[in-house]
Amino acid sequence: MKTVTFYIDDLPCEAEEGKNFVDAAAANGVVIPSLCYYPHINPPLATCRVCTVAIGGQPRAACSLKVSEGLRVQVNTPELIENRKAILELIFAEGNHFCPACEKSGDCDLQHLAYESGITYSRFPHTFVERIVDFQPQRLVIDHNRCILCKRCIEEFVTDQGEKVFSSHRRGSRTEVNVDYDLEAEMSDQELTRAMHLCPVGAILLRGKSESRPFGDRKYDKLESKETIPLDQPIDTSALPLQKKVVATASLAGCFGCHMSMLDIDLGLLDLIELVSFDKSPLTDIKRFSRRVDIGLIEGGCCNSENIENLEYFRENCDILVSVGECAIWGGLPAMRNTISLEACLQEAYLHSPVTENAHQIIPNHEDIPKILDRVYPCHEVVKIDYHIPGCPPSAQHIWKVVQNILFGTKYDVIYPEFKYD
Amino acid sequence: MAQEEFLLNKLWKIQLQEGYVSDKAIRQLSRQYGRSWVDLEGVISFYHFFSRKPTGRFIIHLNNSILSEFGGFPEVLAAFQESTGTRLNHTDPTGTFTLKAASCIGLSDVEPAALINWRPFINLNPEKVHHLIHQLRSGTDLDDLADRPLSDAYPNTDPDKQLMIKTYQPGTAIGKLPEMTPEEVIREIMEAGLTGLGGAFFPTHLKWQSCRNQPEATKFIVCNADEGEPGTFKDRFLLQKYPGLLLEGMITAAFAVGSREGIIYLRGEYQYLLGKLEKTIGQFREKGWLGRNLLGIPGFDFDIRIALGAGAYICGEETALLESLEGHRGEPRPRVYYPTEKGYLAKPTVVNNVETLCTAARILENGYEPYVNPAAPDSPGTKLMSIAGDCHFPGVYEITWGTTIGELLTRCGAVDPYAIQLSGPSGELLPASWVGRKLGLHDLRCGGSVMVFNRQRDLLQILQNYNRFFLQESCGVCTPCRAGNYMLSVQLRKMERGLASTEDLDKLEEWAKLMEYNSRCGLGQTAPKAIIQAAARFPEVMDQHTRTKNAPFDLDLATSAYDRIINELR
Ligand SMILES: Cc1cc2nc3c(=O)[nH]c(=O)nc-3n(C[C@H](O)[C@H](O)[C@H](O)COP(=O)(O)O)c2cc1C
Ligand code: SF4
Ligand code: SF4
Ligand code: FES
Repeated sequence: MKTVTFYIDDLPCEAEEGKNFVDAAAANGVVIPSLCYYPHINPPLATCRVCTVAIGGQPRAACSLKVSEGLRVQVNTPELIENRKAILELIFAEGNHFCPACEKSGDCDLQHLAYESGITYSRFPHTFVERIVDFQPQRLVIDHNRCILCKRCIEEFVTDQGEKVFSSHRRGSRTEVNVDYDLEAEMSDQELTRAMHLCPVGAILLRGKSESRPFGDRKYDKLESKETIPLDQPIDTSALPLQKKVVATASLAGCFGCHMSMLDIDLGLLDLIELVSFDKSPLTDIKRFSRRVDIGLIEGGCCNSENIENLEYFRENCDILVSVGECAIWGGLPAMRNTISLEACLQEAYLHSPVTENAHQIIPNHEDIPKILDRVYPCHEVVKIDYHIPGCPPSAQHIWKVVQNILFGTKYDVIYPEFKYD
Repeated sequence: MAQEEFLLNKLWKIQLQEGYVSDKAIRQLSRQYGRSWVDLEGVISFYHFFSRKPTGRFIIHLNNSILSEFGGFPEVLAAFQESTGTRLNHTDPTGTFTLKAASCIGLSDVEPAALINWRPFINLNPEKVHHLIHQLRSGTDLDDLADRPLSDAYPNTDPDKQLMIKTYQPGTAIGKLPEMTPEEVIREIMEAGLTGLGGAFFPTHLKWQSCRNQPEATKFIVCNADEGEPGTFKDRFLLQKYPGLLLEGMITAAFAVGSREGIIYLRGEYQYLLGKLEKTIGQFREKGWLGRNLLGIPGFDFDIRIALGAGAYICGEETALLESLEGHRGEPRPRVYYPTEKGYLAKPTVVNNVETLCTAARILENGYEPYVNPAAPDSPGTKLMSIAGDCHFPGVYEITWGTTIGELLTRCGAVDPYAIQLSGPSGELLPASWVGRKLGLHDLRCGGSVMVFNRQRDLLQILQNYNRFFLQESCGVCTPCRAGNYMLSVQLRKMERGLASTEDLDKLEEWAKLMEYNSRCGLGQTAPKAIIQAAARFPEVMDQHTRTKNAPFDLDLATSAYDRIINELR
């Protein structure tokens, strides 16, 4: 094989002629995000499009490129980085990716890429389409909520007779990937395990062998890492005078976990008290704003009319509003109900549930209690949100670094282990 | 080569005989084709016209393209629902009628139109629908009721340039082949400057030459008769009027390339043309124009089969078409090989549009000289335009490249035109005031669809119709198109409800560009084009649908479901 010279963003690189561009770039120290690419599937699937690069300004899927002499490829221009980030956000918005409740969290390629690109929230509205979890196969469980339709499993699992074990069904936004029940029953445990590992997300699970591993042991945890996450430009308020700032917090449709996390900076709290004072907040039990507030921290999304009013009240009274945690950012666990109709949810909770006493089968309603919304809304679909801090809950370090940056212009880095969706 | 029946043709037989594809049928197909259940289910569920559930005796597919919508789709649908006693996507309790909507069925000049058991019914209105359903109920034969749509033809105004719409004398074109070498045929096509008339304008002689150069012995000629772009019906016109010319074009291509087998991929919507096409093929065989040593040329063996599509616009994309021919889901292949390198069954394959092949035959017949066009050297010859919408004379027009938009609007008798959609929703949305712009490679490219919209038409309604079309027709293989169309629909709906801010309009454009940039095939790359062009070319209309300030959260809407449930409980 001939070694040739090619160029990534004008930097000369070397690789064997004909080598896949994603691999060749990696060998030269440039990581190009990829999801559907799987080295020995040829021709490449080219379905996810998160690897988009450009040749002479024309977009190309990096996984479908081969290295040739003199090839010049743009990879890390600001536009291309932003473009790839948008595609990843699109994938999140399209599926139902509840990271905190996913067996593959920490081992998931999609989640990992999202960390690497510093995604804090999706610019696209989540579709919350109802998708099923298929328990019909004998040993596999197929969770359609998580499938990104990469087609890896379809290409990889073909019987000796040439029969497909997996296949896409329907088309367009209704496409889903299914497994053949008869063929699945004939596959060995070893093959099924391989299927589970081959799936870049948590859509293929093997009963009893699903991947949940302790926090810290997972593929992408990198607990010791000092690598930082490339976030959007930290807000530069360094010109502001250094005086005591006012903070307010709220918990909407959340579990108070984010508030617990805020308290988790331990002794740091004492330093913080020197710098800020708290206004309306469950921490102070102040119910109404007593003055204009510099920063409002919102935990939880909006699941009822009171949440909406409260959030709008915060927006009116806070200069800067921050969504803290997955629930505020896109609905989080409470949004699991978004794929189910409100009617079915209420019936299940109040009418059919075994814990309701027969005599009290009623859906609560009274003018004094808030109305339930048709679905759980992320805060930024209700009011303008200035910043998003991901995590379930976000780590205390992450929260306070961001707050200090916003209030005092303190430079900060969010290191890898502090940036999580679960 | 083993001639296994095309899977889709087989599925059609089952669908037509039994009204659906049953579990039993799948099991049998699984044995016959050696393919797994999940695989076959994947193929069947890809195509709009195959059903896995029993259907009524009459399956009605009402076209929902924008021209149908403007022509009275809502009223016609209501009439169908009332007279059949069923709703969209349902079958009536007696099992007589199944009602469905379909993307453009190639009858834009006679909208609203529908297919009933895949026979055409045109110029529908509520009275006609009621009458029709009554007749069907009382046992009148469907074939007696069906319309025979033949579009009005308007030959070129310049008599020297009437190259396509004119008398056809069977055998004249291929009659030249015995005196020619394949190289000479390709040179003739090159001199005429023929480029692909399916819309991509790739030089035909290069495609043929490249296929000819491949060392493999087996090569295929595939005619793309999938004409799915909303607003186009010129290929249907050619198939109806000049089926022999098409066959001659394919024979010419086969001679040039060295192929022994041709396939016509006919869209399922056009299966009422199947009979005539098959008859013509039969006549050609009898005359020795298809078969062995045809035209007396020793060793020139060539025959043609027809494969039927089944309701998937994407199968017009050539690599998706090849997948479909192979009995798979019509998903475009990743761009690694050209079909001329690895096409049908991984063999070198020429895929050409109906009009391209017909024109190739005409070139052989007329010689290349009349095609040379000094006024627009890059766009020689003539082009068929399917013109429909708000004009007095919808139909198929032959035009010389270089014709202006103004001339086109005058010829078709456009009424108070405001906007024009060229080449369908994936093409160009332009203001009708661009009268001086010229059709041709150098200015406005056009695959053959022209839809005229008058001043009363709502641009947002047009964009939403296109968006629904692409949402329905995306194959779903790549993220930007599969999910992007949905995201655009959310923003368009916001505009429709008057809840979009200027920021939302920016997002709409930004997301549209994201789709255009990242999608894998032409469908996703062009699906958002009309939106981008509307924002650039009709800013005043887009602004009408946009609030300047951020719209408040719509609490009433978000709590309406709860209010309804509580009310119903009382
Ligand atoms: C989404 C999509 C749909 C297409 N539909 C058609 C079609 O219906 N008919 C057609 O001839 N070409 C269609 N094409 C173009 C074909 O891919 C191909 O370019 C054409 O068949 C080549 O023939 P030509 O060179 O004779 O034009 C389509 C392309 C795309 C991307
Ligand atoms: S199940 Fe997994 S491997 Fe298969 S298509 Fe979905 S995401 Fe890809
Ligand atoms: S752009 Fe659309 S139609 Fe084309 S491959 Fe992607 S999903 Fe399929
Ligand atoms: S990795 Fe290239 S398209 Fe998925």
